[in-house]
Amino acid sequence: MSAGARTTAATAAPARSPLRLSVPLTVLAFLVLTLLPLWTERRVLNDLFGVLTLFALAQYWNLLAGYAGLVSIGQHAYVGIGAYVLFAAGIFLGLDPLTGILLAGIAAAALSVPAGLFIFRLGGAYFAVATWVAAEIFRLLAARITPLGGGAGTSLPPSVMELLPGVVEIRHLFGVPTGAARDIVLYWTALALAAFALWMSWALLRSRPGLALAAVRDDERAAAGLGVDVRAVKFLVHVFAAFGAGATGALIFLDIGRISPAAAFSVLDWTAYVIFVVVLGGFGRLEGPLLGAVLFFVLEKAFADYGSWYLMALGLLGVLVMLFAPHGLWGWLERRFALEWFATRRVPPASAVPPYDSRSSTQREGRSP
Amino acid sequence: MSEFLQILLSGVLLGGLLALYATGLSLVFGVMRIVNLAHGDLIVLAAYLILLLVEATGAGPGWWLLPVAVLMFALGWLYQRFVLERTLGLGLMPPLVVGFGLSIVLQNALLELFSADTRRVPAGGIETASLALGPLTVGVYPLLVFLAAVVLLVSLELVFARTDFGRRLRATADDPVTVRLVGVSPRSVYALAMGLSFAVCGVAGVLMGVWTNFAPSDGPIRLLWAFEAVIIGGLGSLWGTLVGGMVLGVAISVGGWIDPGLQMLFGHLAFVAVLAVRPQGLFPARGGAA
Repeated sequence: MSAGARTTAATAAPARSPLRLSVPLTVLAFLVLTLLPLWTERRVLNDLFGVLTLFALAQYWNLLAGYAGLVSIGQHAYVGIGAYVLFAAGIFLGLDPLTGILLAGIAAAALSVPAGLFIFRLGGAYFAVATWVAAEIFRLLAARITPLGGGAGTSLPPSVMELLPGVVEIRHLFGVPTGAARDIVLYWTALALAAFALWMSWALLRSRPGLALAAVRDDERAAAGLGVDVRAVKFLVHVFAAFGAGATGALIFLDIGRISPAAAFSVLDWTAYVIFVVVLGGFGRLEGPLLGAVLFFVLEKAFADYGSWYLMALGLLGVLVMLFAPHGLWGWLERRFALEWFATRRVPPASAVPPYDSRSSTQREGRSP
Repeated sequence: MSEFLQILLSGVLLGGLLALYATGLSLVFGVMRIVNLAHGDLIVLAAYLILLLVEATGAGPGWWLLPVAVLMFALGWLYQRFVLERTLGLGLMPPLVVGFGLSIVLQNALLELFSADTRRVPAGGIETASLALGPLTVGVYPLLVFLAAVVLLVSLELVFARTDFGRRLRATADDPVTVRLVGVSPRSVYALAMGLSFAVCGVAGVLMGVWTNFAPSDGPIRLLWAFEAVIIGGLGSLWGTLVGGMVLGVAISVGGWIDPGLQMLFGHLAFVAVLAVRPQGLFPARGGAA
C-alpha cells in the first residue's frame, strides 16, 4: 500500500466536501481573476501569469505522479517541444500564437506516444530515469534544427506576435497601449490553461477512469485483477500530461519571446521546480499544486537573488518536506482542519465498512465514516 | 579502417569507466529497487574531492583513491541510515524526490565552492602517455582504467558470490521480509549496499577526474550514462554492465567521430535501440543481487 493511498475504492457517491461552497467559490474566484485586468496594473498580471503557468505544469505532473503513479522527471521534454512547435508554427506557417499553442499541445501529445512506447518498457524507478533520457534526446534533436537557430536558439519575430488575436479589441475596449493589451491576452490564456488543467483533473478523478486510476495507484495488481486495463489508463494520462505541458510550455515561451535548447528543455525550470511545487503544496491532491505554486512564487520573489544558495536551500527544503511532511502543506492542513476543497475521494457508505477501520483512520483522522 | 578500429578501441576502453558509473546504480536498484538520482553528482563530488586533496598535498591521485572511496562509503552509509531509510516502504516517489533534491544541493554547493569553470585532476603525465599497438595507439591511462574496472567488477562479483555479506545482500534483494526470519536486518544490508555504491562512485569519480574535464553541472549526464549502461547490459548482471558500458562507449566515440555534437545523441540512441530490440538487455541475470 503506497503512501498516497487515501481513496477507499467504493461505488458510493463522492465524499461531500466539508466546505460545500467550494465549487461556487472556485467559480467565483475564476470570475474575479478573469475580470482582474479591469482594475489591476500590468505588473500584477505578469506575476499572476507566472503563478498560473507554473500551477498548470504542476497540476499535470501531479496527475501523472500523484494519481497515475508515473513519477516522471522528464516533463521538460514536452515543455520544450511545445515551445519549439509554437515558434515553428509562427515562423514557418504564419499561424497565430493561440492556434500555435493548441498545435504545440497536440504535437507534444503526439510525440509522447512513440516516447511512451519505449519508456513504458521500464518500470518503477527506472521509468523515471528513462523519461529524463527521452527529454535529453529531444533537447539534442532540437539543437540540430538549424532553421530555428540550432544550439543557440532564436527569437520570435514581431510579425508573429502581431498575429495574437484580440489585441486590437482589448486596446480599444480597455484604452491601453498594445503591449499592455498583449499582456492581458497572455494572462487570459494562462488563466484558461490553468482552469482547464484544474477542471480536467477534477472531472477525470471523479469519473469512472478516475476511479480506475485511484485503484491502480493504490494497488496495481488488485486493480488489474478487477479488470482495470492498468497500462492503457496510465498511457492515456501520460499522453494527456504531455499535451498539457506542451501547451503550457508554448505559452510560457510566447511570453519570453526567445527559445534555445538549454532554456526550453531546462530540467531545473520545468521539472525540478514543478516537482518542488507539488511536493511543497501537497502530492496527490488537486489543491496541492495551487498552494505550492503560490508559495513557490513568493519564495522566488524573495530569495532568487541569492542564486546558488537559494537553489541549495530549495533542494534541502524539498528533501525535508518529503521526509517529514510527505503530503505537503495542504496535506497538513487537510489533517489539521479536516479540509477538502476539491472533493475527489470516495467514502464508502457507513453500512459497507466496519465502524472502526484501522487502516483508513490513520489517514483520515476525525473523518472516519 | 585503422582509424575506425582506433575509434572502436577508445570506445571500448571508455566502456570500463562507464561500467564503473553504472555498478553502484545497479547495485542499489538490485537490492532496494530504488534509483539514486544524485548518483552522477556523487561521481562529480568525488572528482572535486580528489582535486582538493591532490592540490592540497601534492601527492598523486593514486595515493588518495582508497581514502576517497572509504570516505564516500561512510557518506553513503550515513545517507541511507539517516535520510533514505525514512522513505522505506513509502512507495516510488519519496526516494526519487530526495535524490533529486540532493542532486540540486550538491550541484549548487560545488558551484559555490569551485565556480562553473571546468577542472581536471593533474596526474603527472600518465594521462597523456600512449602505447603503440601495431597500427593503433592506446592511451596508457584509459587502459589502466579499463583494467581497474575489470578488477573491481571481479572483486565485487566474488564478494557477492562468496562472502557472508554477499549472501545477505542477495537474500535481502530476493525477499526483504523473509531474511528477517534468519536474523538478517534489511536496514543494515541497505546501508552497506548504499555505502558500497557511494564507494564505487568515489573510485569512478577519481578515475574520471584524471581522464577528462569536469564541472559542477556534469552529474546528470553521468547518471544517464550509468542508467543506460545498466539497461543495455541487462538488469542484475555485473558482466552485462561491463558490456553495456562498452556498447555505450563505442556508440559515444563513433558519434563523436562523425560529428562532436553527436557524441551524446549516439549514446542515447544506442540505449533506445537496445530497448527496442531487447528490453531485457543483452545479458540479463537469472537472479541475484547486483
